[in-house]
Amino acid sequence: MSDAIELQEVHKSFGTTKIIHGVSLAIHDGERHAIIGPNGAGKSTLFNLISGRYELSAGRILLHGADITNLRPFEINRQGLSRSFQVTNIFHNMTVFENIRCGVLWSAGYRYSFWHRVGGLQDVRLRAEEVMERIGLAKRRNLPAGTLTYAEQRALEIGVTIAGGASVILLDEPTSGMSRTETAQVVELVRSITQGRTLVMVEHDMGVVFGLADRISVLVYGEVLATGTPEEIRANPAVQEAYLGALHKETTHA
Amino acid sequence: MRYQPLNLGRWVLWSATAIVFVVAPLMFTESFALTLLIQMGTMIIFALSYNMLLGQGGMLSFGHAVYSGLGAYITVHALNLVGKGAFYIPVPLLPLVGGLAGLVFGVLFGYVTTRRAGTTFAMISLGIGEMVYACVLMFPGFFGGEAGISTNRVVGQPYLGLSFGPAIQVYYLVALWCFVCIAAMFALTQTPLGRMANAVRDNPERAEFVGYNTQHVRFLQLVLSSFFAGVSGALSCINFEIVSAENVSAIRSGGVLLATFIGGVPFFFGPILGAIVFVFFVVALSGFTKAWLLYLGLFFVLMVVYAPGGMASLILMQFPLIRAGRWRELLVPYALAALAGLVALAGLIGLVEMVYRLSEQGASTVLTVLGVSYDARSALPWFAFAAVLAAGLAALRVAAGRVGERWGAIQLELQAKA
Repeated sequence: MSDAIELQEVHKSFGTTKIIHGVSLAIHDGERHAIIGPNGAGKSTLFNLISGRYELSAGRILLHGADITNLRPFEINRQGLSRSFQVTNIFHNMTVFENIRCGVLWSAGYRYSFWHRVGGLQDVRLRAEEVMERIGLAKRRNLPAGTLTYAEQRALEIGVTIAGGASVILLDEPTSGMSRTETAQVVELVRSITQGRTLVMVEHDMGVVFGLADRISVLVYGEVLATGTPEEIRANPAVQEAYLGALHKETTHA
Repeated sequence: MRYQPLNLGRWVLWSATAIVFVVAPLMFTESFALTLLIQMGTMIIFALSYNMLLGQGGMLSFGHAVYSGLGAYITVHALNLVGKGAFYIPVPLLPLVGGLAGLVFGVLFGYVTTRRAGTTFAMISLGIGEMVYACVLMFPGFFGGEAGISTNRVVGQPYLGLSFGPAIQVYYLVALWCFVCIAAMFALTQTPLGRMANAVRDNPERAEFVGYNTQHVRFLQLVLSSFFAGVSGALSCINFEIVSAENVSAIRSGGVLLATFIGGVPFFFGPILGAIVFVFFVVALSGFTKAWLLYLGLFFVLMVVYAPGGMASLILMQFPLIRAGRWRELLVPYALAALAGLVALAGLIGLVEMVYRLSEQGASTVLTVLGVSYDARSALPWFAFAAVLAAGLAALRVAAGRVGERWGAIQLELQAKA
């Protein structure tokens, strides 16, 4: 099985603070891969390194075998990797439809065109409508994104991320701050949209993680403690000690 | 189902604009009015091109006159060469020369300025503006120094009876270009680049993560905007038959910022209104009073504080009321507020004009209002105008409160219905 993403000895430090030290990780093509770990373990930083938001201090990142180390976010996006954000990051003044359309335009080949009328692009419109249907916001089409409910904005965040048809999707805590029912809906949504694609996600909700992921990596203090199938991770004593046990205690206390 | 039905309203609006352009000089026939209209036309293009940066791309530029001014310089040289018979370009096509010159300088300077957004962009644009101004004075051979370069727009034989000597012919030339430029700039807002410029303005980070190089989006937007700035520069060159350092100065750059903001940055048509009002202040009001710049500044500050969406936002705010048929309820409150505002304005003008009269050396200090003469050196008129101003402001406060109350109540009712 070939690898969608390969991290080789990735390091990241801010000043003298080392956040990621020596992460090597291979994410297989077509798998759903979850990254879990306690707060401050460096999960979001890892996402920011892969997607080009931060520069690496050392190491290499490959996307489908091609080196994407320290490329700019738009270059990485054009090579077929798209990400969502933990804090909703959409175009608040634009309507739902326009938000999705922003995600479609580049991949549809219109790039920086100033000679096409955007309203007349049937392929872009059809693709955007298909995405809105999928994320369940077709009825909200003409509302400004800023007026949507929190859960709807989170869905739109995913919509903008998948609109360009990227083959590798990175989702940063897609269910954060959601109720049980909303979480269940998001899980179904993520399951359907990642069919035939590679998914990497950071997630705190263990129900979501063990329900969705084909494989799981546990990140603790900037290092990968273990990678394996959900069963292997559950059975791994080191993981239990370092993370799952602690988390279990935390959640039962709360 | 057709996605974009034929938009009747849009057709009506564009036709009406065209008609206004055609009939405007027939309604205002004095030669001064024509001067005013010509300058409004060039300013409309300039302000709209500026709003391609500020409104649509989120780029606050302090040096936009660079592109219109350099476009004007290239045009003036082209026109002089045509006059000498070096080559032939018909006068109506000269704005294209100015536009292309603006575009070339846009490529040159835009490459530097658009690397960053926000404050950095603003600072670099200011620096480039100062640099170009200095260069213009440093090379009098090409730029003609302070005095500038003059020209004669009547070149060659009249074509179809058009020599572009009479102002009315210049007006229709400006009007045609203005209409075409408005249409072109509007069309640009409807393209992928136009929409992504909005996206980059609102959330540059997200734009990068959907595949767009924000730097390149800003660059292209600036280059296109410089083209239209160059067209407006060329038209002003044809109109005034002179181009000087003032054309690239920070005063011009500041002026277009003022005009655009007064009109309304968030709306496409805002700068059109702003340009009209601005030219009225600069050209018409300056004939009446030396204090015109002060009035313009005060107006600008009032708009920034009370109507940051500009005149366009004030107009658009009325539409929901008109649609709901509730506008009559606001007529009286509006009229009262306007009256109070006029009283306050009268008091203010009285005071300001006295100050200017006193500060001007050798000027008579006696002024006349409504047949009553008074001396600015005596105390009584000061007290009188101050009292008028105070009364006006107090009344305005009450009247504005009324408007706000009524407005809020109607809004609530409309929302409850919806």
